[in-house]
Amino acid sequence: MTTLPPPLARWIAERGWQLHPHQSALLARKDEAALLLIAPTGGGKTLAGFLPTLAELGTVPGPGLHTLYISPLKALAADIARNLRAPVEGAGLAIRIEDRTGDTSYQKRRRQRADPPHILLTTPESLALLLSYEDAPRVFAGLSRVIVDEIHALAESKRGDQLMLALSRLSALAPGLRRVGLSATVEDPGAIARFLARHPEPCTIVEADPGPDPDIAMLATRDAPPWAGGGGRYAIADVLDEVRRHRTTLIFHNTRAQAEIFFHHLWLANDEALPIGIHHGSLAREAREKVEEAMVRGDLRAVVCTGSLDLGIDWGDVDLVIQVGAPKNVKRLVQRIGRANHRYNAPSKARLVPANRFEVVECQAALEAVRDRDLDGEPRGPGPLDVLCQHLLICACSAPFCADTLFDEVKSAGPYRDLTRADFDACLEFAATGGYALRAYDRWRRLVCRDGRWHLRDPRSAQTIRMNIGTIIDTETLKVRLKNRRGGTPLGEVEESFAATLTPGDTFLIGGEVVRYESLNELTVEVSREAGREPRVAVFSGTKFATSTRLTARILALFQQSDWPTLPDHTSAWLALQRRVSRLPVADRLLVECFPHDGREHACVYGFAGRNAQQTLGLLITKAMEDAGLSPLGFVASDYATLIWGLEPLADAAPLLDRAALRAGLDGWLSGNAVMKRAFRDTAQIAGLIERQHPGRRRTGRQATFSSDILYDTLRKYDPDHLMLRITRDQALRGLVDFGRIEAMLDRIGRRIDLVRLDRVTPLAAPLILEVGKVPILGTGRERLAERAAAELIAAAGLK
Amino acid sequence: MNGHSFTFHGAELVALASGGLFWPAERLYCVADLHLGKSERIARGGGSLLPPYETRDTLARLDADLAGCAPKTVLCLGDSFDDLAAAEGLDDNAALWLTRMMAGRRWIWIAGNHDPAPVSLGGGHHGEYRHRGLSFRHIATPEESGEISGHYHPKIRLHMRGASLSGACFLLDAARLILPSFGTFTGGLRASSPELDGLMGPDALALVLGRRVLAVPMRGAGLAKPG
Repeated sequence: MTTLPPPLARWIAERGWQLHPHQSALLARKDEAALLLIAPTGGGKTLAGFLPTLAELGTVPGPGLHTLYISPLKALAADIARNLRAPVEGAGLAIRIEDRTGDTSYQKRRRQRADPPHILLTTPESLALLLSYEDAPRVFAGLSRVIVDEIHALAESKRGDQLMLALSRLSALAPGLRRVGLSATVEDPGAIARFLARHPEPCTIVEADPGPDPDIAMLATRDAPPWAGGGGRYAIADVLDEVRRHRTTLIFHNTRAQAEIFFHHLWLANDEALPIGIHHGSLAREAREKVEEAMVRGDLRAVVCTGSLDLGIDWGDVDLVIQVGAPKNVKRLVQRIGRANHRYNAPSKARLVPANRFEVVECQAALEAVRDRDLDGEPRGPGPLDVLCQHLLICACSAPFCADTLFDEVKSAGPYRDLTRADFDACLEFAATGGYALRAYDRWRRLVCRDGRWHLRDPRSAQTIRMNIGTIIDTETLKVRLKNRRGGTPLGEVEESFAATLTPGDTFLIGGEVVRYESLNELTVEVSREAGREPRVAVFSGTKFATSTRLTARILALFQQSDWPTLPDHTSAWLALQRRVSRLPVADRLLVECFPHDGREHACVYGFAGRNAQQTLGLLITKAMEDAGLSPLGFVASDYATLIWGLEPLADAAPLLDRAALRAGLDGWLSGNAVMKRAFRDTAQIAGLIERQHPGRRRTGRQATFSSDILYDTLRKYDPDHLMLRITRDQALRGLVDFGRIEAMLDRIGRRIDLVRLDRVTPLAAPLILEVGKVPILGTGRERLAERAAAELIAAAGLK
Repeated sequence: MNGHSFTFHGAELVALASGGLFWPAERLYCVADLHLGKSERIARGGGSLLPPYETRDTLARLDADLAGCAPKTVLCLGDSFDDLAAAEGLDDNAALWLTRMMAGRRWIWIAGNHDPAPVSLGGGHHGEYRHRGLSFRHIATPEESGEISGHYHPKIRLHMRGASLSGACFLLDAARLILPSFGTFTGGLRASSPELDGLMGPDALALVLGRRVLAVPMRGAGLAKPG
């Protein structure tokens, strides 16, 4: 057993603290090449990760970087730096701890490279940038340990894939480097271990005591939730009661827009003026930091928030988590619940607020899953090639490389362990020449091979490559500022597509305020305050997670009960009504309901395949309907159904759901669709085909830039086998298009399709009528509508 | 011919869905902002290696228009090449293709801000060009009337009752016509931008490209709002 330096052991003892078993375990196993700690929130995970470092560095450490700590959040890196300094300074250890993120000053970053601290806390993107410099071998030569915090979150995204490639680089620069991963509770620790460890080396998994079962239930409300709609407005008074009864409450929402609306109404009902804040990813950094600081000081009784508070800063005072809207995913719910009572061995308390009757069923299924400790998760595919393309460019920035050596190195990264040499070479070719069938860039290639090593042709391009490091792709957003003489207070951001729908005088919510749109100035939306008007709502982006397969299966199972004693009366009555007027969906059949509504024919397809797959199903089915002359006008998808409306009724659903026809639609027509173009945009930016940032280029007239859609169409037309199209397709099929879940659904239902004709909206279809995200079909029907509207406008304007 | 016909200073013109402009009575075809050689120019500057197919694509669309209109005169309203080096560096196939299209007709290159000087491809070179009361130049001049120009790459997005409309467009008012950009790798400037808003009169129309050309008031959304 490794012992702590005596001053540190004394400092801990003086506080009457004792190491948790898993903290001692990490200390005892500190020499292992790879360690994964699985512990619930509040289990002292981070300290567990650092104890071996403190033990090794001792009282008077020698110079040089010893431990690198990586966190997905900048704020977390800064917070850990503060927390770690307490014991280090308290025990009088001469250990230098510094953080380094995109917010760190240029001078400090330069100094850190010349004279690195003992412990450096950073993010995956900042680490990739460090590795792109010529001096990376010197900076990292003596590195002993790397700690990856919140690895369960990183492992779900390309940020994690990029980080693992960076670790493969670090292991080459610092042989003997040991890796430690810190993870929340997950369904498959082995998968995270394989992700983290240097392939094919083993990884030891240390599991901490999961702690007591949480105190979790649905919130009892005065009013029943509505049949349809989101946001949970009906429960405002009940939520306020809970806020009053607790010290600090986190109120989670699934989308930023819902958080805004809820906060607005919570504030209107908040007669006692309880201090309540709002926090989400579209708010200006200043606004978010203000809320975070107030939270740390304990000044707030509640924060209305989104996934932006899923990770991060330890707030010991949170004693209640409220989840508004269905949780979508049991694992994420469990991690969220852990935000309450950040103390080990104290049960967390959480209440769920379903937004409508259907969500009551979803919440009930989730509660049962939490009690059964039945976590869910969809396995991720192999490391994506766009991230590898970027990695090759980053490596070339640091030093010329040999392809064979780098290939072996890349294959040592967990997510890339099965990478083929052919794929590696395709990525290298893309990075060097663009990889086009037409060899156009012989003179202007990016990488050239001399004496068996790959160099940048133009060393100046290193700057551009560095400026475009990272795998987080922002949607195009515009800043929102209050209009005044001094430039205006930044409030946050809205999506460009939303801003385009605004005309002066329109009102929307941002940061809990109603603002009035005044003008668009360059790339800034200028607004003024406008109290007391009913706002239009800003359509923020924010990832839409699909409800997991496991949770969906539980919901379908719940439907099959003969009655529902565990559900509130209003919801069991609602389900009974659905059973009486139509049917309840079952797992091995497909229910399709048809009914007229609001002057249009509707068809609701209950595929229970998750939002992305239901969206794809909507695209494919409406295309088939258009071809069949049924004139569909649009559709909307939720996690469990797709609702389609159009001019003609649907008489037979089977041909629309034929597997071969769907597959053909996917291969042909869908590849020209906006969903694929969006996937392409992300891939093209990550791989370096499109530069997001360019040194010395100001964003002047917008006619200088053109859309990635044009590149996509051009490649499809002239170079259909290009690497970028292959990557786009692979990723879309797994993510946005999610065709796998459509196929799983088809397997489940076989040919058992029930088409039910009704004279009105059914209870189960009602929530979809109000669902946001309606997709218009740009077919013949809509073309006629556009022509008519254009003619009316011309006439109304008196122009001819 | 798929396009929108209108009268402009006594001339019967057709705005084509391709983005080209045709004057049947004069058999004159006009096109703006081809930006040939753009991907090569970007690569040369150490930027991205974009798909090197846009010159081929632009020429193919131009060729289709010329085959359909069979004009006697072709006017390129400037920024035909992404820069002068791109004009000189045009690959043999593209240069040959252009020469073939130029054969047997009058071809006029108007100078643009990207390609201010003459190129070695033949044809006439002008700063601006006048014909039967209409003037053709690259960038619109505010005081001019009866003027046809390019440069701005206008595009529009309108939300109308029950439908929305977006795309590249011609802008038309009593005094001027601004053409959309024809080049494949070109973006657009919103019709609502201060430059275009200031240039166009209150009754301006946008002729929006799509499968058909649709005429709408350029500031349509504002006009359509009740009250």
